[in-house]
Parts: sequence; C-alpha cells; structure tokens
Amino acid sequence: MARMKFLCDAERCIECNGCVTACKNEHEVPWGVNRRRVVTLNDGLPGEKSISVACMHCSDAPCMAVCPVDCFYKTSEGVVLHDKDLCIGCGYCFYACPFGAPQFPQDGAFGMRGKMDKCTFCAGGPEKDHSADEFKKYGRNRLAEGKLPACAEMCSTKALLGGDSDVIADIYRNRVLKRGKGSEVWGWGTAYGKPEKGATPPAGAKS
Amino acid sequence: MKKVMIAAVAAAVTMLASGCGEKQPVTVYKQGQYQGKPDTRPWDNEPFKGDRTAWEKAVKARNGGQNEYARAAN
Repeated sequence: MARMKFLCDAERCIECNGCVTACKNEHEVPWGVNRRRVVTLNDGLPGEKSISVACMHCSDAPCMAVCPVDCFYKTSEGVVLHDKDLCIGCGYCFYACPFGAPQFPQDGAFGMRGKMDKCTFCAGGPEKDHSADEFKKYGRNRLAEGKLPACAEMCSTKALLGGDSDVIADIYRNRVLKRGKGSEVWGWGTAYGKPEKGATPPAGAKS
Repeated sequence: MKKVMIAAVAAAVTMLASGCGEKQPVTVYKQGQYQGKPDTRPWDNEPFKGDRTAWEKAVKARNGGQNEYARAAN
C-alpha cells in the first residue's frame, strides 16, 4: 500500500464546512481548536475558490525537523503523528508548518499554550488503539477500524479526498479528464514535493 | 609574540565564520524511532487481529468508495 495523503479539489469544494464539523464531532475536539478548516480565496468575488486545509502529513514534514523534543513520528502508512506526553507546547511546529496545522488549546488562566493538537489522519496516537486514553488525547482511531478520515468520507461533493495516494490521485486525474479543467491541486507540491518512486502525481499538481 | 597573535586571530576568524554556517533544515529519520512510546500498527488490534491483508482490503474498499464515477457505474 502506498502512503496516505489528502487532496482537496478546489473546483468541487462548496465551503459547506462539513469536513470541519465531521472532524470536530468525531474527535470531540475542544473549543478553540480546529484541526481542519476551510479557506476561501477571493471570497465574494466571481471565481472564488475554497479549499479544506489540515495537516497534510507531509513527505518531509518540517514540524518533525524543528521539534526540540522529537515528539513526532511517522507511521509506515506515511501518517505524521505526535506524542502529547513529550510535547512541551513550544510552538516551533506551528511556525514551521506551511499549512498552519498545529493548534494549541489554551491551558491555564493566562493564555498559556497547552500541548499541540493536530489532525491525526484519524489514526490516533501512540496510546493503545481504541483506548480511552487514546481518544482523550488524539481522538478516534478510524484507521485502525479500517476506515478513512471522517472529513474525507463525510465530504458531500467529494472535494476532499483522503487515503492511499495512488488511488486518490487516480480518482482526481479521471475527474480532471472528464471535466476538462481545474487540474490544480493546492498544497500538493508543498506537502509531498517530488513524487515518490512509483507514485504518479495528479495532473497539474500545484504548490 | 607575533605567532601567538596570528594563532589568536586565526582562531577568532574560524569561530566567527562558523556562525555563518547553516544547518540543513531537513528531517533526519532515525529508522522509524523517536523519543516516545512505540505505536501499534493499524491492523494489530481487535477487529483485524494482525491480519494486514484484511485491513488493506477494508481501506481499499473505502478508498474506492470516494470515486463516484465508479459508484455510479455499479
């Protein structure tokens, strides 16, 4: 199996925020933390485009490179996860991330940053799978149930695709060929860089 | 005395120049190791009981479900 990736089709996203709601509901994410959000470019103007943004689980993740306590790890499926027991809430990962994915819940009375929280590709964390500890710290582990991220599976227009990179790239390529436009994939180049050996990038991959 | 001065200046220049060096900000993967607890693989749990093929089959079916062109054809 190839590595897991997200792909957002800006031609299809209707800014319904269904992905944001699905994520919030699935993981019972605390108030003030948004693991996923929808960004609209040229809002209100003709031809505006919306994209759903969260942690992209980058091939060469900058958050992993800058973390001073080495709390990040990557699974064999290419999902970038972190250990909240090690995180010190320094915020370096937030500055390094090109997608603004790391979130910090307010912890304490004076705006102190809590431990970092981010999208887990619905893959939980290092705690025991399906345990109460894992759910409390990282949310539900859907991947261990043989399911894909709730945001992608819940997307009403299937603008947000998540899963095996070969499969979602193929779905997107066929889609672009059928409609004959909108081949740009925002964030794909930034997150995944050059295609990994054997993998084919979708048509018109854009940084 | 002159030799000592030259050596001191050379040492100072080396120390100053070393500050201009830039470390490549790339991740050094330590063979899948990190400082925290080890994580289990997604198929090493109750529903799949270590059966990787069954897990991959389940995920593949879900992946295919995202292609509505294929869904419409069925």
